[in-house]
Amino acid sequence: MLEAILISIATAATPLFLAAIGELVSERAGVLNLGVEGMMAMGAVTGFGIGLATGSPLIGALAAVIVGAVFSLLFAFLTLTLASNQVATGLALTLLGLGVSGQIGEAYVGQPGVRMGPVFLGLDPIFWFSLVLLVVVAWFLFHTKPGLKVRAVGDSHVSAHALGVPVIAIRYAAVAFGGACAGLAGAYLSLVYTPQWVEAMTAGRGWIALALVVFASWRPVRVLVGAWLFGAITIGQLQIQAMSLSTIAGFAAPLDSIVGALKSVPSQFLSSLPYLATVVVLVLISRNRRLALVNTPACLGQPFVPDR
Amino acid sequence: MKRLTTLLAASAAMVFASAGGASAQMDKVKACFIYVGPVGDFGWSYQHDQGRKQVEEELGDKVETAFLESVPEGADAERAIERFARSGCNIIFTTSFGYMDATNAVAGRFPDVKFEHATGYKREHDNVSTYNSKFYEGRYVQGVIAGQLTESNTIGYIASFPIPEVVRGINSFYIGAQSVNPDVKVNVVWANTWFDPGKEADAAKALIDQGADIITQHTDSTAPMQVAAERGIKAFGQASDMINFGPETQLTSIIDDWGPYYVERIKALLDGNYEQSDTWHGFAEGNVRMAPYTNMSDDVKADAEEAEKKITSDELEPFSGPLKKKDGSDFLAEGERADDGALLGMNFYVEGIEGDLPN
Repeated sequence: MLEAILISIATAATPLFLAAIGELVSERAGVLNLGVEGMMAMGAVTGFGIGLATGSPLIGALAAVIVGAVFSLLFAFLTLTLASNQVATGLALTLLGLGVSGQIGEAYVGQPGVRMGPVFLGLDPIFWFSLVLLVVVAWFLFHTKPGLKVRAVGDSHVSAHALGVPVIAIRYAAVAFGGACAGLAGAYLSLVYTPQWVEAMTAGRGWIALALVVFASWRPVRVLVGAWLFGAITIGQLQIQAMSLSTIAGFAAPLDSIVGALKSVPSQFLSSLPYLATVVVLVLISRNRRLALVNTPACLGQPFVPDR
Repeated sequence: MKRLTTLLAASAAMVFASAGGASAQMDKVKACFIYVGPVGDFGWSYQHDQGRKQVEEELGDKVETAFLESVPEGADAERAIERFARSGCNIIFTTSFGYMDATNAVAGRFPDVKFEHATGYKREHDNVSTYNSKFYEGRYVQGVIAGQLTESNTIGYIASFPIPEVVRGINSFYIGAQSVNPDVKVNVVWANTWFDPGKEADAAKALIDQGADIITQHTDSTAPMQVAAERGIKAFGQASDMINFGPETQLTSIIDDWGPYYVERIKALLDGNYEQSDTWHGFAEGNVRMAPYTNMSDDVKADAEEAEKKITSDELEPFSGPLKKKDGSDFLAEGERADDGALLGMNFYVEGIEGDLPN
């Protein structure tokens, strides 16, 4: 039972982690892209459609990565080249992605898709890839020169520009990376989590991913911890609801009373716990000024126009 | 001169008729629909949209339709409904319980527009009608099937929100299951969402992990069916025939068929005999249908068909006494049947269901 629960948690956490780690890189470069939900939806419909057409979930996932990246370039063009407002453009990207994916996916409704099955320890290839991705991103951002440039662009685009760092080009790349990750996260939903396409199947996960980045105070490893925490609370509360009182009574001493107490808590409250946890973390972060200054990209959300 | 008086009389009659509202004939009706989920959910909203399409098909150029999808319940709903009312809709169908207050609020401001609210019970103005289907009749039949097929005597029930519609379904399912298997238990998990494939799948997994060998759902996506298929157990579909998602898994599905009602109401508006109403139809009127009974033995299938037939002919009512509430108090006496009021406001479990109803 424990193994099944852990697999459920990992499955619930992976799309959140993927979308959040991509957004983290984008935000580290100073670009706030609120279009995660829309990019995920595009990835989900692409992954499903291409997977179905080719019969290969892997090709579907790759296609979703490409579509996610290309779709995010639209956002990049508007915000970076035309210097439009990032918040408004990001919201527009979400609406656009949800709408377009619904349109494209109309023919897929009611069809079962292809499934990407487990390969190792009951978990799928994308899950394992996401762990590799974490290591690569953490290493890249904090142990390589290009990574340093990404962070420099996010912290002070004027200084970076003065030093000859190509601010706009780096931001384009960071946004595209974010889009690719969001696309993969979407494909995870339509190929692994629930192998089907239904409109708006992302169901707000893009927004949770955005919150996770802040929750993690822009640190890659903490994104993984946060995603697992979210997944654990979501799965845990469903499992506790489903547990019979006799099962709970069979647990070892401290656990039985804890789970028993949780079972008596209304499920609506437990459902909202991940969001409450984010609020608490946000409050804690903002209370600690030093911590906030150290990790928050200083130029987050600010447009950069080099010749001004 | 005579012609003039005829004309005058005719126009007077027309004025009178349009003042009378309900009795005026119309050449064309604009019918608008508000959905809580995306039309592509393949569940609740999808079925309402199928009904809208049937209206277009049957009434042709006498009708123009429009819809808004994924409209959240609450303040946004009122804006959406008002937008439709302003944009020239003659009749607006608001298809989720949570639109109840918003529908009535907007109806008060637009007395010339007809409002039809699904699954609610408030009709605060003359232009608000309510309609619903007796899905609980189908849930009873599901219970009859599940009670016989379960080996672990535990059936997993994925519920959305603790509103009367959902609670009634759980009770009816349980009563049906108990009628064939007194040892059966129904394990309810509240997903607190109508539509989130991932979370619905997680809820199904949790129920199976905790011993359920049949899954039924009162949420809108096909995800639980897929999980059941993957784990090799049986499940019931919801709102649509979901057999494609579990050819060896689906036992049957309660199919919501809104088309006939929508056609009837809009036709009435065209013909000038539209009246405020409160409609609650089930098997007998064809608003609730069962998908083919599959993946079960012929005996079980026969029992299911018999239950369906008895309910259709009104020989059987799931909520018949003697029946007690969970808290031990009496609900229905021997031979007594629940009236619509008691059913529509149901906010308690019947005796025997484990767990507490969240409030």
